[in-house]
Amino acid sequence: MEKSTDSATLSALKEAEKSGIKTVWDRYEAQQPQCGFGESGLCCRNCMQGPCRISPFEDGPQLGVCGANADVMVARWVSRAVAAGTAAHGGHAKHMAHTLLKSAKGEAADYPVKDEAKLRALAARIGVNGGDTKELARQVAMKALEEFSEKETPLAWAASTMTKGRVDTFLKLGVVPTGIDSVVAESMHRTTYGVDADPVNLLLGAVKCALADYAGCHLATDLADVLFGTPQPAVTRANLGVLKKNAVNVAVHGHNPLLSDMVAQVAGEKELNDKAKAAGASEGINVVGVCCTGNEVMMRHKIPLATSSVSQETAILTGALDAMVVDYQCIMPSLANIAECFHTQLITTMSIAKIPKAVHIEFHEANARESARKIILAAVDAFKKRDPKKINIPTATSTAIVGFSTEAIVGALSMVNKEDPLKPLIDNIVSGNIYGVCLFAGCNTVKVTQDANYTTMVRELAKNNVLILATGCAAGAFARHGFMTPEATEKYAGPGLKAVLTAVGMAAGLGGPLPLVLHMGSCVDNSRAADVAVAVANKLGVDLNQLPVVASAPEAVTEKAVAIGTWAVAAGLPTHLGVVPPVLGSKVVTQVLTSTAKDLFGGYFIVEPDPMKASAQLLSAISERRKGLGLSA
Amino acid sequence: MNQIFVKPEKCMGCRSCEIACAVQHSKDKNLFSAMLQSPPPMKRLFVEAADGIRMPVVCRHCEDAPCLNACISGCLYRDDKKFVRRRKERCIGCWSCVMACPFGVISRDKEKHIAVKCDRCHKLDVPACVSACPTRALVLADVDRMAKEKRQRLVLVETQAVTL
Repeated sequence: MEKSTDSATLSALKEAEKSGIKTVWDRYEAQQPQCGFGESGLCCRNCMQGPCRISPFEDGPQLGVCGANADVMVARWVSRAVAAGTAAHGGHAKHMAHTLLKSAKGEAADYPVKDEAKLRALAARIGVNGGDTKELARQVAMKALEEFSEKETPLAWAASTMTKGRVDTFLKLGVVPTGIDSVVAESMHRTTYGVDADPVNLLLGAVKCALADYAGCHLATDLADVLFGTPQPAVTRANLGVLKKNAVNVAVHGHNPLLSDMVAQVAGEKELNDKAKAAGASEGINVVGVCCTGNEVMMRHKIPLATSSVSQETAILTGALDAMVVDYQCIMPSLANIAECFHTQLITTMSIAKIPKAVHIEFHEANARESARKIILAAVDAFKKRDPKKINIPTATSTAIVGFSTEAIVGALSMVNKEDPLKPLIDNIVSGNIYGVCLFAGCNTVKVTQDANYTTMVRELAKNNVLILATGCAAGAFARHGFMTPEATEKYAGPGLKAVLTAVGMAAGLGGPLPLVLHMGSCVDNSRAADVAVAVANKLGVDLNQLPVVASAPEAVTEKAVAIGTWAVAAGLPTHLGVVPPVLGSKVVTQVLTSTAKDLFGGYFIVEPDPMKASAQLLSAISERRKGLGLSA
Repeated sequence: MNQIFVKPEKCMGCRSCEIACAVQHSKDKNLFSAMLQSPPPMKRLFVEAADGIRMPVVCRHCEDAPCLNACISGCLYRDDKKFVRRRKERCIGCWSCVMACPFGVISRDKEKHIAVKCDRCHKLDVPACVSACPTRALVLADVDRMAKEKRQRLVLVETQAVTL
């Protein structure tokens, strides 16, 4: 199997091979074959009577020591994976809420409220009113922090952003979460030794936790917009070619804009650039993004995106990266080993995410700007140790038009119809010009030739007039391959879709069509797409599970992706996974996720590694939805 | 004569056999002390995968063993149970056995610079790898009985549309 479809990644890997440097692809090969018990979810290490394995064959053990069967083991894995994903997004969101509170109390001067309109809209939505900006910010932050412990009422960030139909369904099935951290704890409780042994009940518990994940994601996005501004369309570039030979290159990697936005903010300061120039970097400081925090600063500061999750090591392999500064999530520990082969300074910043051999510069909200400057100066120091013989920057880059927040999309649509911005979108869905909508989300995985599933599926779906939205490393993949351009629309969009994207693009003053793929943000930002869908459903007076909207994570990796996928299903979306999750060991769990879920929520998982077959299945799911609404299928 | 047989369709690739083999060839024959042993103990069989099929590859103790025929230093010999084993002190690290073995199951002790191969756990009734296999993908069976079972299975396949 080829490692990647991205020429820049392949070129960097060729250099690594020459130098004998091992990357994620080598480590994956060294892991082969991977254990089939783990692959099918048939092992359990939850207690010290184990580890236990269930044999998928009749003549082996069918029960663990405690009596748990395959269904229980697999369902418990799903539950814990969702809980871990929820904990990650929740941690990100809580970090944001604490910072907003400090900002309101005057304890974080570097984080003023940047988007007051968003703050006011958010406050109104969650029932907070009155006061000046600081007071409003304080109340919103307090309300946000209340979301984490167990309340008497449903999570405000879930209840206030879903359709009524969804809320009713969730209430009926008993899956309404009342606290983000409390439902994570509940998931750990119900999956520990001798608690929940009903696979269906466990899965419903996982859905409840996933809905808390949705609330956490939404909260994180809302507060990021309040503190750093709601993204608006911006033109930038993506791929390793954005690294500059004559600049001090600093990569921000991880997830939370609390760090990356601050680095982006100070990077332009004259004093720092003078120091870079004095060190020999004639082009000063060049901040680039990696992974999702890269998406955050790409949308808000036009910071170019160097690369995405699975290929994060390649940024260092160029020999031109002076510092990689990380916060949390998707940071491969291997970065420290690769950085050792070069002059690159790996800098960790968060107390919960340290890596041996990296320099740790703790990032505090109280003096964030100063910490960011310290990080850039560490990069300038590292620049002086560059080995010119090791510099090999692949030239490939693509233009990417990014920054399509919900507000930006509605803004563009309002250029077509000022009074009723959603009308043009709905009219075109009804007419079939837009056959359906697909949200691509998730990661890049070493198990799939990098970006192959994304690029195959986007061509197939766009050809069939499906409007494409993307977040996270899916967005990164499309950006690197040039799918976020008007040219891609001209080349790949079906006639109906092309007409719509052109009409909106022209009305919005772009002088051409909107890009083929609309970049809606980082992986925590999937709620932006949900917001658009909810608005459309409410306007049409239908529920989400009736809309011709689907989701796909064709190269998924993380537990966060399991959580997002689960809430997408609960929200009513047919949700494709291109990597087989470790659930096939249980017939019951497989059946519930891929079929019974449809009866309960309307949404369900489609597991299909082949991108062409997956596209066909998504198109058929869209067709079924259109028929249900009485539209041309 | 008993042989180790492999049923690839049952192999989950969990490598329990590899671990059990290394532990059996460690000083204390115990997982936890084996993990602390330095240099670490070596396994004698290998779980390999190709095209999505996984299986352990293990020494066949061939009756006309190419490795034994190729060993010029008198290290490899056939013991009284017909297992092909080593006289470690005689190995000169020429790797002729590696060249000759059609299964690729002879490896190299990088510390001692000698060849390492399966000794069929000659002190045990059942080899460690077979005992460790959770799906019975590795079985110890009499060669003649195994062949007979296969013939009987074939009869069923031919007459009752049972799949192999």
